[in-house]
Amino acid sequence: MICDSWRRVFRPAELDLRGIMRTRTRYGGPALMLAALTFTAATCSSPPPKPVTRPTTTSSSGTTNTRTPAPPTPVKEPIPVPPEPVLEDAVASKSIDDLNRDSPLLPAFFEYDSSELTPDAQKVLDANAGLLKKYSTWMISIEGHTDERGTAEYNLALGERRATAARTYLVSLGIPAARLRTVSYGKEFPFEPAHEETAWSKNRRAHFVITTK
Amino acid sequence: MMRHFPLVSTVACATGLTLVAAQNPPPVGSPQTPAPPAPTQSQSEINLVISGDALAPPRYAVPDFIALSADAETVAVAKTIGQVLWDDLEFEREFYMIPRDTYRTIPTSSSVTDVPFDRWRELGADGLLVGTVQKTGTMLRIEIRLYNVRTRQSVFAKEYTGGAGNPRLYAHTIADEIHQQQRALRGVARTKLTFSSDRDGDRVVGTVEKREVKEIYISDYDGANQRRITVNRNLNVFPVWTPDGRGILYTSFLRGYPDLVLSLIYEGVRREPAAKHASDANGDRPQNRLGVVSPDGKRICFSSNRDGNPELYVMNIDGTNVFRLTNHPAADITPTWNPQGTQIAFTSDRRGQPQLYTIGADGTNLSALTSESYADRPTWSTLGTEIAYAARTGPGFDIKIIDLASRQVRQLTYGEGSNESPAFAPNGRHIAFMSTRAGKSQIFSIARDGKDVRQLTRTGNNTAPNWSQ
Repeated sequence: MICDSWRRVFRPAELDLRGIMRTRTRYGGPALMLAALTFTAATCSSPPPKPVTRPTTTSSSGTTNTRTPAPPTPVKEPIPVPPEPVLEDAVASKSIDDLNRDSPLLPAFFEYDSSELTPDAQKVLDANAGLLKKYSTWMISIEGHTDERGTAEYNLALGERRATAARTYLVSLGIPAARLRTVSYGKEFPFEPAHEETAWSKNRRAHFVITTK
Repeated sequence: MMRHFPLVSTVACATGLTLVAAQNPPPVGSPQTPAPPAPTQSQSEINLVISGDALAPPRYAVPDFIALSADAETVAVAKTIGQVLWDDLEFEREFYMIPRDTYRTIPTSSSVTDVPFDRWRELGADGLLVGTVQKTGTMLRIEIRLYNVRTRQSVFAKEYTGGAGNPRLYAHTIADEIHQQQRALRGVARTKLTFSSDRDGDRVVGTVEKREVKEIYISDYDGANQRRITVNRNLNVFPVWTPDGRGILYTSFLRGYPDLVLSLIYEGVRREPAAKHASDANGDRPQNRLGVVSPDGKRICFSSNRDGNPELYVMNIDGTNVFRLTNHPAADITPTWNPQGTQIAFTSDRRGQPQLYTIGADGTNLSALTSESYADRPTWSTLGTEIAYAARTGPGFDIKIIDLASRQVRQLTYGEGSNESPAFAPNGRHIAFMSTRAGKSQIFSIARDGKDVRQLTRTGNNTAPNWSQ
């Protein structure tokens, strides 16, 4: 699957792989070793070179082009650049606790006393849906949280609505409902304990916890 | 396991008009059974009730109890019982309790029958409580007399023996009996509170974010003897007593989602009566919460999303015979029973903001109750005539009471912190509630006329009190 996505992105463009190779090698062994390890784990035969560094080194820095034989200008390469394979494998190999500690599934935030998905929240959920499709074994608990205003009792209902709104949206994007559980914690577990709007805006959230990999 | 009521057994009781009455059979219904007052109070009733001047409440004095031995423990117990008894009697405001420091100079009696009545009358006392404490081995023997200071008659005499583990309970028992005998009032000195507390500072097991556990606690009605009931290191909230005071029903997130737990605290038995539904209408696991036990102890009303959104359900205490009470796409939560068990008040946001409603226990006769900007946590008074709740009055909440007949609303607290989660005492005269007025969330009690606020907890955050019946 990783190989497939790799080919899908890079083969049609028929890039000058030599240029990429040279670029890569200047960035030393660790990245290559990591790439080798992870590709082995992914049962890919003859892995193509890793494109990790390409976009940043050749396009944005502009200082490393002196020795390369004029590769195609980076801006014309296929876009959007997908998540990089090395990162993907790092995600796949993490423990559940490590994943949840620095979760690739970002929280969706809500307006005060509302469980409607804002455009920003929908973007977050779109990205989360992409990850959930990629890691199709993940089981998720969607936690609904509220800020501290309002009663503890009613906030349980509000948090439930937020979790359900996120779940319904993900299901509409094709994520099987059976993978998505919800729980409302109301205002019991604020992300930020302070008593002002900056904290409140971070606490009104649908928080994603990976429960099974 | 958790039993901590010392066994108070009445070994002798006497109520009479003279000091030698202890040898005579009691002229009124024997107080050996603590519950209902004897219905057969006869010719002696008038003489037994102490009255004050004109319309003023009787003035009572409670000196330190007399320690019949000089050891430190007996002396300490004697001091504790006197102070706690004074506090208990003061709580209901049926008597004017003469401040204890005004009668330090009156000489200590050597027995319950050796009383300097002239000195007490000079102080203006109408009623005087004199008691002795005797320690024999691990047992305590408490003797108590209530005197009518004007007539110098003993109007209440009783003796208790029991363990020495919890001397406050002797005072609570005496206070309840005196309220019953003198004022025909059911006192609450032996009732208990339960609440949720994060004081332990433990983190919820298995979470990445720092999340503090909340455990269920109980305490005496006055906040003394606070004890932890749950030890599951998770989120445990909204505890309520079963009517017999032997069980606590609460919402626990122990399994990763909220469910009801019924804990029989003196037997060490835990049950999960609502956990029979494997999944809700969306294929999700159902969330059951905010359970309350019916006044007859046989049913539980609770809020569950098993049919897709928060609705109210009634089931038997063992989880059988589930009956759906509400049916509305809005959230229906936070139920409370009326004293007869025939009606339920609850919170719903079917008109937008959360408001209070009532509904028959059979699902009929839905009726809107409040028009607040935001109302939650209705609590039906044990008197049946009124419901207390939390209403948004500004940035925070205040406790209000609505009279069910007139629909008139009284406000008890006024913007001192946020004041939420009211719970009535079983005689309907006080309300326990959560307030942030002292900084963190703490449990307070307040008289139903808004007077006499007392802070009952001080450690950690303490929320959602409930008063035993």
